[in-house]
Amino acid sequence: MQLSDHRDIKADPMTVWAAILNPEVLKECVPGCESMSGSVADGFEAVVVQKVGPVKATFTGVVKLSDIIEGKSLRISGEGKGGPAGFAKGGADVTLEPTETGTRLSYVVEANVGGKIAQLGSRIIDGFAKKMADDFFTRFQDAVEGPDEEESVADEATEADAPKKGWFKRLLG
Amino acid sequence: MPKDTGIGASSKRREDVRFLTGKGLYTQDIALAGQTYAVMVRSNVAHGKIKSINTAKAAAMPGVLAVFTGEDFKDVGGNPAGWLINSRDGTPMREPKRPVLAHGKVRHVGDAYAAIVAETYNQAKDAAQQLADDTDIEELPAIIDMKAAVANPANRVHDEIPDNLCFDWGWIEDNRAAVDAAFKSAPHVTTLELVNNRLVPNAMEPRASIGEYNAGTGDYKLTTTSQNPHLTRLLVAAFVLGIPENKLTVVAPDVGGGFGSKIYHYGEAALVLAAAKKLGRPVRWIAERSESFLSDAHGRDHVTKIELASTKDGEILAIRTETLANVGAYLSNFSTATPTFLHGTLMAGPYKVPHVYVNVKTVFTNTAPVDAYRGAGRPEATFSIERVVDKMCRELGLDAFEVRRKNLLTPDQFPYTTPVGLVYDTGNYQATLDKAIELGDVAGFEARAAASAAKGKLRGMGLSTWIEACGIAPSHLVGVLGSRVGLFDAATVRVNATGNISVMTGAHSHGQGHETVFAQIVADKLGIDESAVDIVHGDTSKIPFGMGSYGSRSLAVCGSAMDKAVDKIIAKGKKIAAHMLEASEGDIVFEAGKFSVAGTDKAKTFGEIAFSAYVPHNYPLETLEPGLEETAFYDPANFTYPAGAYICEVEVDPETGKVDIASFTAADDFGNVMNPMIVEGQVHGGVGQGIGQALLENTVYDENGQILTASFMDYAMPRADDVPFYTVDHSCATPCTHNPLGVKGCGEAGAIGSPPAVINAVIDALHRGGHTHVTHIDMPVSPARVWAAING
Repeated sequence: MQLSDHRDIKADPMTVWAAILNPEVLKECVPGCESMSGSVADGFEAVVVQKVGPVKATFTGVVKLSDIIEGKSLRISGEGKGGPAGFAKGGADVTLEPTETGTRLSYVVEANVGGKIAQLGSRIIDGFAKKMADDFFTRFQDAVEGPDEEESVADEATEADAPKKGWFKRLLG
Repeated sequence: MPKDTGIGASSKRREDVRFLTGKGLYTQDIALAGQTYAVMVRSNVAHGKIKSINTAKAAAMPGVLAVFTGEDFKDVGGNPAGWLINSRDGTPMREPKRPVLAHGKVRHVGDAYAAIVAETYNQAKDAAQQLADDTDIEELPAIIDMKAAVANPANRVHDEIPDNLCFDWGWIEDNRAAVDAAFKSAPHVTTLELVNNRLVPNAMEPRASIGEYNAGTGDYKLTTTSQNPHLTRLLVAAFVLGIPENKLTVVAPDVGGGFGSKIYHYGEAALVLAAAKKLGRPVRWIAERSESFLSDAHGRDHVTKIELASTKDGEILAIRTETLANVGAYLSNFSTATPTFLHGTLMAGPYKVPHVYVNVKTVFTNTAPVDAYRGAGRPEATFSIERVVDKMCRELGLDAFEVRRKNLLTPDQFPYTTPVGLVYDTGNYQATLDKAIELGDVAGFEARAAASAAKGKLRGMGLSTWIEACGIAPSHLVGVLGSRVGLFDAATVRVNATGNISVMTGAHSHGQGHETVFAQIVADKLGIDESAVDIVHGDTSKIPFGMGSYGSRSLAVCGSAMDKAVDKIIAKGKKIAAHMLEASEGDIVFEAGKFSVAGTDKAKTFGEIAFSAYVPHNYPLETLEPGLEETAFYDPANFTYPAGAYICEVEVDPETGKVDIASFTAADDFGNVMNPMIVEGQVHGGVGQGIGQALLENTVYDENGQILTASFMDYAMPRADDVPFYTVDHSCATPCTHNPLGVKGCGEAGAIGSPPAVINAVIDALHRGGHTHVTHIDMPVSPARVWAAING
């Protein structure tokens, strides 16, 4: 299956770009990610727990960043073996464009599954893949932008007049 | 008057006593001392290169006794195709080796590339997962769509087969030019492209095999879910493992349905035998339901373009078809015969058609193997013909019943040689059509349609006049056509000293009711009670020989062998009686269980003769051997040709597209009927499967070759409320002219004749509802497809 969407992120393209290349951000953004190690250059080893319809499985596999055009676009791809559940693999082609309010992040995602997940859960794969992509980019947006205003009341109280920041921005100072 | 015993009686199925009380003995029920468990490791990808298999971890796991990979079987034989087909240019079909376990490449999801044998099932299962985790398979692009498969020579299921074509078959090639000429000059040509949807057989009992080996004698035993244990023995022993046939016994005990899928030899059977020898312990493999979906031979899967040339008033002048037939990743045993000689030879239907030409291209894809499934080729032919005839009637504004009547062969035209190589021996197609019209109350249809309309439903009526060739098969003919086996059968009738009888038959019953019907036939001929006759089947050590049950052959071929063996018993009985009654053999008559001297009251009962044969105190020992046991082999002179007329009425809900079967009438000619109740049951089952294909069932692979319909959640089997109460008739009988019982076969009929009746009814309903733009909907006509068709 294939799906495409975009997000408008209130941060400049270079900030967004830096976040994409940050392993900590990647780990936070992959839904169900239990561990991730590695580097942009060598790729990451990841353990992800997910439930697809009737099949719950631990996927171990690799996440790679490729086709990198500095500040503009890259491809995030992953492939995981889920033991008796089969396998899942997919990728997202991500492009960044500056906008008046920050950055438009566009993505085209494709996902494939095989083995038991395909055999038993095919009816829900499309919905599942869309949810995974939505979750990933929502988390990413949150990481870069910071949470919604209501949720950030506590932050504002302690940090007084400081501008709202996502945890990634705070990390950067 | 209905009979209450013997031939023609609706004797109750004696086997049901054990089936319905849990006393059946299936392969899985057999527990052996020291048994071990095999689990197959199956590919998750449709097409892949096996780069490495590391067995070390799996082999070291608790309880694991052995690990097998394709490497272990690379030097044994392949599982062969049973029928050689030549392409139009005379070249023989391409036959890739089908190994016990995949070696080098995996070619469909579910293709087994390794196996684990362990002390317990769960240990084997765990180790199988470990082995899968330790296997590196590089996924290759999958070849799924048949048109793409033949168009893209770079991507190959088998590296040595460049265009993924097994063969390009023309039937009959010499007639092609005349057929083309008939089309050129035809006043009207109707064209239809259609798909015969891929089906999973889904027998109630999944496949299973238990292997045993006796190191003391060198004897092997295979207990397995087979429709034909002798054929399995031949394939495993002579072709795959190289075991002498006399060192392998194959037993197929109670088997829970087959529908074709258990005709074939599969790698698991060879695996358990090899493993049993290696371990010196019994090895059992029982398929999970998921494995059935992945690895049983599937059915149908044709894409066909059919053209019909006719006059403006509906006289059929010529038929021409082009078909792509999917064989899947490997050639299953009958896979090359099914789309050719079981399909192309039927393409004249029950009609007088001067010109017919059939082209079939058989294509390898990265899907499970496809082979014969209830009907096997004949449902595909019937669906194509009956749909295109229906379309022609609509295009020309003609009545579907009248057009059938105009084109059907008439009783005076038999024997009739078709332009596709068959000789129909007998039939009365008008009689079954008239009977269906009467029983289906065609006259009252308009009133029922009005009643449906009042409920907001569209009612339609569909007709199918079908014929098939079964009673497989005359060996000399199939030999000429490329079969690598003979298709005769055998029976032994063993009369015991006390007069009761064991009949060993080469047929195999996996739901058909042979134990009842065959006993009726033997008892009737001998004038004894049915309960004195037992039928023994499914064991190569007990049965003289047999080619098993498929192609509606059990009664016509195996039953005829039995009939011949009983005749030999009677002939010998006459000799014994002549001696005992001090008369000449020529004066002995046998009637109603008694041997008597013609014109006298001197007689001996069958029991007395049997006793004398085993206690030969007063017996012609100088000229006659003692004992009373006879074996007969029977090879049919021709196929048999059951035929009939089916009328289906449907109600379509135009709001949702849901189709309900309102009624279904089947008027069949099966020749002489041995047990009407069992025949009726066979028709119910066959039509039920046909309705399943027409409305519900479909096998879907995605573009990567993942099977998406691999459980009963996604694969819609027909349920009780999907089928109507059937109206079934078989009174219009024209007995088969060439077998002693005059029987034709009824096992596949329902599945052959019913799908076009259903679809024709759906199209009729839509046209009556004003949706005249709908000329065809592919099966299964699900609510979504019907709704989409209605709404353009």
